[in-house]
Amino acid sequence: MQQPQTLNTGGPPSRAALGVDAAHMVLTLAVAGQQCGVPVLSVRDVLGVQVITPIPLAPREVAGSLNLRGRIVTAVDLRARLGLPARETGKGAMSVVVEVGGELYSLLADEVGEVLSLSSEDRAANPPTLDNLWRDVSLGVHRQGGSLLVIFDVDKLLALSA
Amino acid sequence: MDDLLADFLTETNEGLQNLDGALLQLEREPANGPLLSEVFRTVHTIKGTCGFLGLSRLESVAHAAENVLGLWRDGTLTVTPAGISLILNAVDRIKQIVAGLEASGQEPSGDDTALKAELDAVAAGQLPTEPAPRAPEAPAPQAALAEAAPAIEAAPPVPEIRAPAEPVAEVVGGSAPQTIRVAVDVLEDLMVLVSELVLTRNQLLQLARSEENAAFSVPLQRLSQITSDLQDGVMKTRMQPIGNAWQKLPRLVRDLSQELGKRIVLDMRGAETELDRQVLELIKDPLTHMVRNSADHGLESPEQRRAAGKSETGRIMLNAFHEGGHIVLEIGDDGRGLNTERIKAKVLAQGLTTEAELATMNEREIHRFIFRAGFSTAAAVTSVSGRGVGMDVVKTNIERIGGAVDLRSREGHGSTFIIKIPLTLAIVAALIVEAGGERFAIPQNGVLELVRVGDGDGPKVERIKDAQVLRLRDRLLPLVPLRRILSLSEDTPPADSGESFVVVTQVGAQLFGIVVDRVFDTEEIVVKPVAPILRHITMFSGNTILGDGSVIMILDPNGIARATGLGSEIAGDSATRATQTSAVARGPRQTALLLFRAGEGAPKAVPLALVARLEHLPAERVEQAGDSMVVQYRGSLMPLLPIAGYGAPPTGGGDQPVLVFGDGDRALGLMVDEILDVVDAVLDIDQAGQRPGFLGSCVVNGRVTEILDTAHWLQQAKEDWFGNRRAEIVRPRVLIVEDSAFFRNLVVPAVTAGGYEVTTVSNGREALALRDADEMFDVIVSDIEMPELDGFGLVSAVREGGIWADLPMIALSGRCEPEDVARGRGAGFSDYIGKYDRDALLASLQDCLQPAVAS
Repeated sequence: MQQPQTLNTGGPPSRAALGVDAAHMVLTLAVAGQQCGVPVLSVRDVLGVQVITPIPLAPREVAGSLNLRGRIVTAVDLRARLGLPARETGKGAMSVVVEVGGELYSLLADEVGEVLSLSSEDRAANPPTLDNLWRDVSLGVHRQGGSLLVIFDVDKLLALSA
Repeated sequence: MDDLLADFLTETNEGLQNLDGALLQLEREPANGPLLSEVFRTVHTIKGTCGFLGLSRLESVAHAAENVLGLWRDGTLTVTPAGISLILNAVDRIKQIVAGLEASGQEPSGDDTALKAELDAVAAGQLPTEPAPRAPEAPAPQAALAEAAPAIEAAPPVPEIRAPAEPVAEVVGGSAPQTIRVAVDVLEDLMVLVSELVLTRNQLLQLARSEENAAFSVPLQRLSQITSDLQDGVMKTRMQPIGNAWQKLPRLVRDLSQELGKRIVLDMRGAETELDRQVLELIKDPLTHMVRNSADHGLESPEQRRAAGKSETGRIMLNAFHEGGHIVLEIGDDGRGLNTERIKAKVLAQGLTTEAELATMNEREIHRFIFRAGFSTAAAVTSVSGRGVGMDVVKTNIERIGGAVDLRSREGHGSTFIIKIPLTLAIVAALIVEAGGERFAIPQNGVLELVRVGDGDGPKVERIKDAQVLRLRDRLLPLVPLRRILSLSEDTPPADSGESFVVVTQVGAQLFGIVVDRVFDTEEIVVKPVAPILRHITMFSGNTILGDGSVIMILDPNGIARATGLGSEIAGDSATRATQTSAVARGPRQTALLLFRAGEGAPKAVPLALVARLEHLPAERVEQAGDSMVVQYRGSLMPLLPIAGYGAPPTGGGDQPVLVFGDGDRALGLMVDEILDVVDAVLDIDQAGQRPGFLGSCVVNGRVTEILDTAHWLQQAKEDWFGNRRAEIVRPRVLIVEDSAFFRNLVVPAVTAGGYEVTTVSNGREALALRDADEMFDVIVSDIEMPELDGFGLVSAVREGGIWADLPMIALSGRCEPEDVARGRGAGFSDYIGKYDRDALLASLQDCLQPAVAS
């Protein structure tokens, strides 16, 4: 358990800043073995493997679009978004549908876990060593049992540079 | 807020909305008794209700205004512009108080004594009747207003109150409109439900197609029909004429013209063009801003205008129309235009670009700098001809709703801003195609035809270096392979081996072909905007869900044309493409001809644009009436003429193909034996072997073809054509200036049939001779290229002065590139139309002759 030590260096000021969000519940998901979470309030739906229509010329992170009960949802592949290797062919992805600015987006994850209520006590700021790509989209890191959960800021996940 | 008050506010807002317009009308027609009564009633109602609700401030202002109106109505006092201004001020004050009421539920505090005193003074007959002394007095109430305003304006309007859909407002004077108020949310929900219903219906139809279960097919057809009707109906509830967003502009322009000491006419066209309510709301502000800019900075003072040789009255033109799934809005003025040199200086001073780059830019590109953020600093406002004010903000706002802004400007001739807004929510027919294994939708309104290309005997895709072209009839069509521009997989066999399809598409004057692998069905699709993170991809105008539930992207032919012709996405190709494209454009002018067979001999042809409709009428419906043949057509009798000679009416069963000329109750049918084809050909008429009814012959598709003289045939049916019942109507007089006898023959019948009295001359010099002989017309239609004095020469001579100086002039030209159109408008033409475009010409004539909405 060396990681917690690193986390504590985050110091109290950052903790206080995060305190507001701490009561939020998160939905956990796994992307390339990494446990992550998104605030449950922004989640609209969780779907199994969907037919996704690719969109030509779209940013690399955009996997395509899908039909959710008559609404068009734009799918963003978290692996591509987070700079992780592509999913093996033949393995479908789960869709976590979130709503941002009145638009629906699907975050493609390998697995979807459960809804957890996290206390602010367990949350720490981003470790300074965290990959820049991750640091931009992460609200903080959470200790959960024996593993670490990276909590994503959904707005930032969907702010593609392209 | 209590219900009574809410009702009062809604009602008062409605009344106030119409009041501005009515007062302005009253200013023009001071003797309009019914209008005056209407205005009086509105103000009186407001006053009465205020008293009942205990709104004392509102009541006192309304009361003072009502006093003046009452005296006007009784004829004790005469209506004067100064008085109208004062009443308008009172109306403004009422609006402010009402806005305050909406925001807080209470009357805002404020001092109305000055305003009331002025109103009372007018009521006492103290204010002189001539408008001149009005100017010095104006600042007083204005200043008082300005003081009272901030507190009120700071409070945001309460959307709940405004939410009810505004009924289609009409200028005061009619009876109570047959409308009810429905909350916008209800309409929105309905729209969503209908969209879902359409999609579900499409899915059902898809299933039915594969199932072939006859029991379901009939009710399903019915369901389908009802769904379509329902969809149309609900769509209509969301559409509002753009005129609703323009309502406040005449007042704005009037006030500005007083404030600035300029004479301004506001000319609004296409006010009935409908667009989605949501979009309407969003463009209101940018629109107001641009009109204000035009009046403030675009137009010169009367002195400057006189010095520049223009009429003292400046014009601001608003024009709205539909174009290829978009709504185009033009806001123009005939003022000083943009000063290119000063923009250049400003751009350099601000470091927005380098001198070397500037040198490579054309005028339009330089003008576009005014849209750049940072250009519109305070310094720019005064030193550049003023147009920098907030244009970047306007641009941003319009782009936010997926629109685009452009401008054209000629120094000394004025500027026009062109706003293009997509119909964000619309159901359109689209062609479903496949390329690189993916399906796409192409809106059908941009598709001219489909051509199958491949190895066989049919047309082939050819290459000029890397550029693909298709020889389609006599035209060299530039091709855009969809796979390539969308960077789709090329590993499946390339488009030019094996079979593929070319979707011939038109954008503006440009024809091009989109190469796709397969073509499926056409389908009604609900256009949904793409997610914001994809909005930078200009190739798509939206996305949709198909009947089978899959999501597909909708291609935007405009975006594709831009990306391939001008854009930098395919930089390597663009040069070859551009030269090739212009080669096509420079080729001889092609005309769409309708080929038909009638009698013996050569096939016959007529320019397609002259034909209103093609009909196949059952032979038994053709009746003999006296010497001539007629048919009951659209509720009236249409004379029929056989082209093959005056033979017997067709015998036996079968259909009689008929070319219908003209419209409505003045239709004429020409009976032919068979309609063959529509082809594009260069009209190079050889008059040898000319005979009555034909202009001559011409080689079409390698065969000698006789070209129909439409005027001759219309003459044959003259009595029916110019029926007596129309004789008493005064026909607007049109002067047509055109050197080619052939074009005159084409245009004159079309215009005459449209109900105009036509005079023709063959060049500008002859036209001016008519002017000097004091001949008066209502509108002039002129060709551009003519001997002696061409169209541009004519328009500038006409605009210079004389009795025709203010006549609308329509340019008719074979060249219809945007640059030509801009040049024509800049030169002083009111409109610019392609030759052969019969409908556009008639529409334009109608527009030109409608009285301008002046302020």
